Amino acid sequence: MLTQQEVAEIEAEFVRYERKRSVSIDALKIVQRHRGWVSDEVLVDLAGFLEMTADELDSVATFYNFIFRKPVARHVILVCTSVSCWIVGYESILRHLRERLGIGLGETTADGRFTLLPNVCLGACDHAPVIMIDDDLHENLDSEKIDLILAQYE
Amino acid sequence: MERPLTRNIRPGTGPLPIDAYEKTGGYRALRKALQTMTPGDVVEVVDHSHLSGRGGAGFPTGKKWSFVPRGKDAVHPTYLIVNADEMEPGAFKDRLLLEGDPHQLIEGIIIAAYAIQADIAYIFLRRAYVTAAHRLTHAISEAYDRKYLGRKILGTGFALQLYVHNSAGRYICGEETALLNALEGRRANPRSKPPFPPVVGLWGKPTIANNVETLCNVPHIVEHGAEWFRRLSHSMDGGTKIYGVSGRVKKPGAWELPMGTTIREVLEEHAGGMADGFKFRGVIPGGASTDFLVEEHLDVRMDFGSMQAAGSRLGTGTMVVLDDRTCPVGLVLNLMRFFAQESCGWCTPCREGLPWTVRILEAIENGQGRPEDVERLQRHTRLLAPGHTFCALAPGAMEPLQSALKYFKDDFFRHVHEKHCPWR
Repeated sequence: MLTQQEVAEIEAEFVRYERKRSVSIDALKIVQRHRGWVSDEVLVDLAGFLEMTADELDSVATFYNFIFRKPVARHVILVCTSVSCWIVGYESILRHLRERLGIGLGETTADGRFTLLPNVCLGACDHAPVIMIDDDLHENLDSEKIDLILAQYE
Repeated sequence: MERPLTRNIRPGTGPLPIDAYEKTGGYRALRKALQTMTPGDVVEVVDHSHLSGRGGAGFPTGKKWSFVPRGKDAVHPTYLIVNADEMEPGAFKDRLLLEGDPHQLIEGIIIAAYAIQADIAYIFLRRAYVTAAHRLTHAISEAYDRKYLGRKILGTGFALQLYVHNSAGRYICGEETALLNALEGRRANPRSKPPFPPVVGLWGKPTIANNVETLCNVPHIVEHGAEWFRRLSHSMDGGTKIYGVSGRVKKPGAWELPMGTTIREVLEEHAGGMADGFKFRGVIPGGASTDFLVEEHLDVRMDFGSMQAAGSRLGTGTMVVLDDRTCPVGLVLNLMRFFAQESCGWCTPCREGLPWTVRILEAIENGQGRPEDVERLQRHTRLLAPGHTFCALAPGAMEPLQSALKYFKDDFFRHVHEKHCPWR
């Protein structure tokens, strides 16, 4: 069931588009903001609310890097693995993150604090290597910097 | 040297608020357009300016605008879409303009919308540009407060609503017909053309999609004229260009320079040359989907025509440098993984062909390649060439691969013969 709060936030988006289904991305993000991820149950409810089939909405939800169809931690670390970050060595950044957190790509720490995911180019190639944690971009990284950055996220 | 696009942008400080933007002459071009020019006049001056699309395709902007049905054939609502889905690996130039001077973009949007008589404009913004989203949203509300947006703009009969659509991260959304499906709330596969979006676009209505940098040029063209704009350039394409460099150079970054500046000047004078201990081997000049150029091309001018004549494309104008300590096979493998992942999966050659190139490249990079694998890769560049796929994604992916096979062929064979990557 969508909460009243979620319904209100989704309805506020309708004004910007000609059709209900057009808010699907915004609606998925609203649900994800409240719940952390988009479960099958809420996807079905949301599809009904937007007058789409669940399959149609799932074909949208599964299309995007930033919509999570599995549970994630309180903080999501996105490691840029594209070309400019690769040239300057994102692999050593990733190795350091793996060792520090004790998890691999696609995994979540046991305390539910961090999920580690790869991501395509984050558009900050002049400051490579970069990662994004939640909504924050972190640039020109090295191992020492990463330790300081991780400490900011509880 | 004039730098109209970046004149208000200071590194490390936020963008100009609307008062300060107006003090530097901001929104003067909007007044001029709405109060002294017809929509047709605006299309004409932009056409004469030789402004061409900065998203990478280089299509003449004025000509694109002229495809929208007008007069008694006009259809409403007509839409303007700002393509701010900058997801090409190696590209970060639109970020500079979005974060650095949002009012310049908004002014360009309103003038462009007036030219094509659009009723609604969407900024299609990539999810990762969080700072840009905040700054744009704030600047748009300032523009509404000043009545530059909404009904009866500047007391004229022209009206425009401007919305930000925050996407959720998928490269193909930058393709304009995929972008239309994304905005409509559908899975963002590209559409077949014709019909073309200027006639049948968003929700079946006339729609123009322009890149961020393209639209940022529009206020300056309206204010200073077509001839002034053409004179900014060293080439047939008018204006300046934001060039960027990443990779092992001394000072990675982005700079506004005359269109047609040479690769060498951008690399050596602005990016400071190669970092200590690294030698130049090649460059992907305009983002991941452009052909490599090498040392012999350093004096080629970075404009649409010259880059094409040299066997590549200007693309986004943001180059990625290959140095002598980086494996070209590994680099191309990295690019192909990106394209294979970001393929929408709609057409078979792209969905199946790109993962095959990844597997072959992995085998070569890991020392398990066979000599015939190099020929196999070559064949893929023909199988996934333009005309064999539904959209430009796979042909774009083949550009760095085919040129790597041309300029770095020995490196591919070294992997095969030595049975390991010589760089590892």
